[in-house]
Amino acid sequence: MTTATVSRWDRFRESFFWYSFKRDKIAILSTLVLLLMVLAAIFAPWLAPTDPYDLAQINIMNSELPPVGLDGADAAFPLGTDAQGRDLLSTILYGTRVSLLIGFGAVLLQGALGILFGLLAGYLGGKVDAVLMRIADVQLSFSTLMVAIIVGAVFKASFGNLMFGEIAIYMLIFIIGVAEWPQIARTVRASVLAEKKKEYVDAAKVMGFGTGRIMFRHILPNTLSPIFVIATVQIANAIISEAALSFLGLGMPETQPSLGSLIKSGFDYIQSGSWWITLIPGLVLVVLVLVINLLGDWLRDVMNPRLYKG
Amino acid sequence: MLAFLVQRISQALLVMFVISVIAFAIQDGLGDPLQQMVGMSVSQQERDAIREELGLNDPLPVQYLRFAGNAIQGDLGDSYFYSKPTLDVILEHLPATLELVIGASLIIIVFSVPIGVYSAIRPQAWLSKFFMGVSTVGISIPVFLTAIVLIQLFSIGVTVDWFPSDTGWGQWLNGALSTDGGLPSYGRGEELTHLFGTWYSGFFSTGGLMHLILPAVSLASIMLPLFIRLIRAEMMEVLQSDYIRYARAKGLSAGRINFLHALKNTMLPVITVGGVQIGIMVAYTILTETVFQWPGVGLMFLEAITRSDIPLIVAYLMVVGLIFVITNTVVDLIYGLVNPTVKLTGKKA
Repeated sequence: MTTATVSRWDRFRESFFWYSFKRDKIAILSTLVLLLMVLAAIFAPWLAPTDPYDLAQINIMNSELPPVGLDGADAAFPLGTDAQGRDLLSTILYGTRVSLLIGFGAVLLQGALGILFGLLAGYLGGKVDAVLMRIADVQLSFSTLMVAIIVGAVFKASFGNLMFGEIAIYMLIFIIGVAEWPQIARTVRASVLAEKKKEYVDAAKVMGFGTGRIMFRHILPNTLSPIFVIATVQIANAIISEAALSFLGLGMPETQPSLGSLIKSGFDYIQSGSWWITLIPGLVLVVLVLVINLLGDWLRDVMNPRLYKG
Repeated sequence: MLAFLVQRISQALLVMFVISVIAFAIQDGLGDPLQQMVGMSVSQQERDAIREELGLNDPLPVQYLRFAGNAIQGDLGDSYFYSKPTLDVILEHLPATLELVIGASLIIIVFSVPIGVYSAIRPQAWLSKFFMGVSTVGISIPVFLTAIVLIQLFSIGVTVDWFPSDTGWGQWLNGALSTDGGLPSYGRGEELTHLFGTWYSGFFSTGGLMHLILPAVSLASIMLPLFIRLIRAEMMEVLQSDYIRYARAKGLSAGRINFLHALKNTMLPVITVGGVQIGIMVAYTILTETVFQWPGVGLMFLEAITRSDIPLIVAYLMVVGLIFVITNTVVDLIYGLVNPTVKLTGKKA
């Protein structure tokens, strides 16, 4: 067999990436848990016993039933029900779906913004760099959560409750994406500064390629691994930010809950002893964020060339 | 140094200018003051007259200058809900938030320094690994969830009866896993001491301190892992430096090296990073105060949003912006003072 026919899959199996993955139990376990949750979220409409968005399937008589194993539980609702009588397992499946959707969407948006601004700042330098990085500095010094809360507050005040509820998913993706782009832009800029001194960039310039082509086709592919590492951690951050905004009432409405708004709606009933409405979605949120963070840590260890050689 | 000072202060002024423009845009875009002031029965002519009188027909730059001029003199308009100057409302709520931040900072300092130093000195000990593991998990738990769990455990209480209660060990396990609860989880309590002005303090009474415990622990929980990791990383770096090796070669005792020589240089970056982080804690106070109904500025801001109290929202933005800008500038200046090698042009990478 000639080298040309070595498939991508074979190359992947020979790689250091796969080698270190196989040897890291925490990474394997995190991947499995994450995959399970993502699949459960994607197939929520088929897996969930009831449709929490469908008012006809909800009976208020079933409200605040405890999970199976406690007194007064109903086997039809394995994780119990919330204050409106919705099956908690179904709302959690749908809620994870919403949380993941917003998490991925927000990271795609901040990735697009961060890569664009990071490339511009790093490659063009000078005034562009100074202005973009000063904006990033100021935004980061205010903390991304603060920026997100303020933008969310302004949107909510200007759209009104009802309107905001309808477009909440897009709003949250926008708010979190805009609030967190500096994280990615800084990483991209740092690697662009290192890359643009290399000879292949000089070669591309001599060959007469345009600035845009050099930035996106030549430099960008070489800065992808740090972007990949930070994007993973940023998904976890975006999910937490979404949960925080929803908990403050600046996010998903109760009719279309994310994990954050489930925790919020359950919190009102914790004093009456119905701890499961708030703590079970909370546990799901923590596990989701934790496995993404653990994967992020592992990716950083594997992909960071400095650590790899040291 | 003078150039550094001028540069930092002018940057702070520029940021404040941008914040004030944003605040002005929010005020201008969201609120129609006329709607809040007059009833339905007022005719169109009268409305136009009031509009002219209030200067709402002036060009935007003129309106902005008026807004900024008033703001500099401490006049940020009147709150719709409280019907008094927004700055007074904020000053009434600020002490509660400050005490929460002070309480959380004390917890962070008391726990992060010993744990960070220990896990730097003995990175392989199982206790260090345990602390590092806990801090990874800690970062993944949102602050409001920590707060809810704390309320369930220490305010409501948990009764565990999983183990057979007719055996001694079962009884013991049930008792050990159950919690009593009883800690207050709502507001600041009644026993507040009047210090001065609008500052009523909860630090000087048992009731006030009891009310502070859960909110302060929740707020601290989000920053504690960050500080433990930061102190550990800085300390490990310092421990590898030449002067520490020299001190070891000289035969100084380990305690003297670690706590006198190494810790001093560890704390320098920690203090500057810490200053900025404490500013960031303001964002988390909004979440903590919501869970515990703590009557600080964070809860006030959130209530202002639900009530569409636009002058109060705008005033909060200006005041919090000012606090952020002042902390960041002061931290930068301190850093420039104690570390003269800091580059004068822009931040380090």
